Amino acid sequence: MATSFQTALESLRATRVWRSIFRRGPAITNRTRSLAIFGNLFLHWLPVKVREKSLRVRGAYYLGSLSLVLFIILVVTGVLLMFYYHPAAPKAYHDMKDLRFVVSNGVFLRNMHRVGAHLMVLLVFWHMFHVFYRGGYKPPHEFNWVVGVILLLLTLFLSYTGYLLPWDQLAFWAVTVGTNIISAMPVIGSKVRFVALGGHIVGENALLRFYVLHVVILPLLAFLFIGVHFWRVQKDGGLTVGSKDNDGKS
Amino acid sequence: MSETNQNPAAELSLGGKTGVSRRDFLNEITLGALGVAGLGSVALTYQYFSPNVLFEPSTTFRAGNPDLYPVNSVTFLQDQQVYIVRTATGFSAVSAVCTHLGCITQWKPEANMIACPCHGSKFQPNGKKIEGPAPRPLPHYAINLTADGELQVDKLQIIKADQVLKV
Repeated sequence: MATSFQTALESLRATRVWRSIFRRGPAITNRTRSLAIFGNLFLHWLPVKVREKSLRVRGAYYLGSLSLVLFIILVVTGVLLMFYYHPAAPKAYHDMKDLRFVVSNGVFLRNMHRVGAHLMVLLVFWHMFHVFYRGGYKPPHEFNWVVGVILLLLTLFLSYTGYLLPWDQLAFWAVTVGTNIISAMPVIGSKVRFVALGGHIVGENALLRFYVLHVVILPLLAFLFIGVHFWRVQKDGGLTVGSKDNDGKS
Repeated sequence: MSETNQNPAAELSLGGKTGVSRRDFLNEITLGALGVAGLGSVALTYQYFSPNVLFEPSTTFRAGNPDLYPVNSVTFLQDQQVYIVRTATGFSAVSAVCTHLGCITQWKPEANMIACPCHGSKFQPNGKKIEGPAPRPLPHYAINLTADGELQVDKLQIIKADQVLKV
């Protein structure tokens, strides 16, 4: 059994297509293991080796990685929801109802998107508090702390823009109150509110604007900053858990 | 080669006073042009995002003949969420939307005040706040007479509370 599987694998590895994609040969030496990481776009921002310490659950509770997993879940479920959703009043509300009661497995996807979004806000805040109380904002991590704050804001904006899309009473009033807060800004407040809503009331224009922000602009920005955030963790010497504090304790 | 490029003799002498190198001159002119183009595109983007035509309910409405409203009365116009308040001095149009969280307030003639059912804010008939949690008084909308003698209210224009339409 094992031998036939191994021969099949070896013959696959011998093919020209395989060797054109994975050029470094089997990862059996330190050199080829390093090349496996460096030569792969999706892995190159990961370290070639990690300390066992930084893999402990109590190190950072995997909060950052879990936030990334939630982001991926939200992108996948969100794209699937887009196949049935029209960002137009009053169709948006009916589409949301259809997703819950008519479309096969629609309620599962919608709830996954909804609960995932709530969880992501929770985890991102938890992650921020954890990093803060562990002193993870101190040099050399101060740049990544700021990137993290931007990601927190992007998470909140994504959450807020997504809140309008069901187009129900809860959504309408949340956005009415939220955009009234914008208009409290001195001098330019009412102008900013007008541009944000595309009108004087929370109407069709506001729905379309929030939709475009929610499904295109904010996810692209989040994707960009998540990339910088993870890459920077390695450039700053891995997770903070391994480093010693001022008292020399680890 | 590289030494001749870095030679100060390569600098252009403008007006015989300060020397500005060709590179600095081109850099500044390029950055300046990009700055102007950047500001212009910000302005154009702002214009693009401010709609010129809105498909919203009209913000101005006619409130009928002034004689419909007796002196010293408060009339609630449900469709527009506005109180037409007539005192001895004249007319004012007071918003019925509570400044706290946007609930629709109610006129209580027996207590001579406007009260919000949601969180208990209280206002005088002229919109002045008696009791919170509302942070601000009820705003007054611009009110005037049309050519054919009817009251007209513009909900986009907020005026001072002491501006009253005398009829």
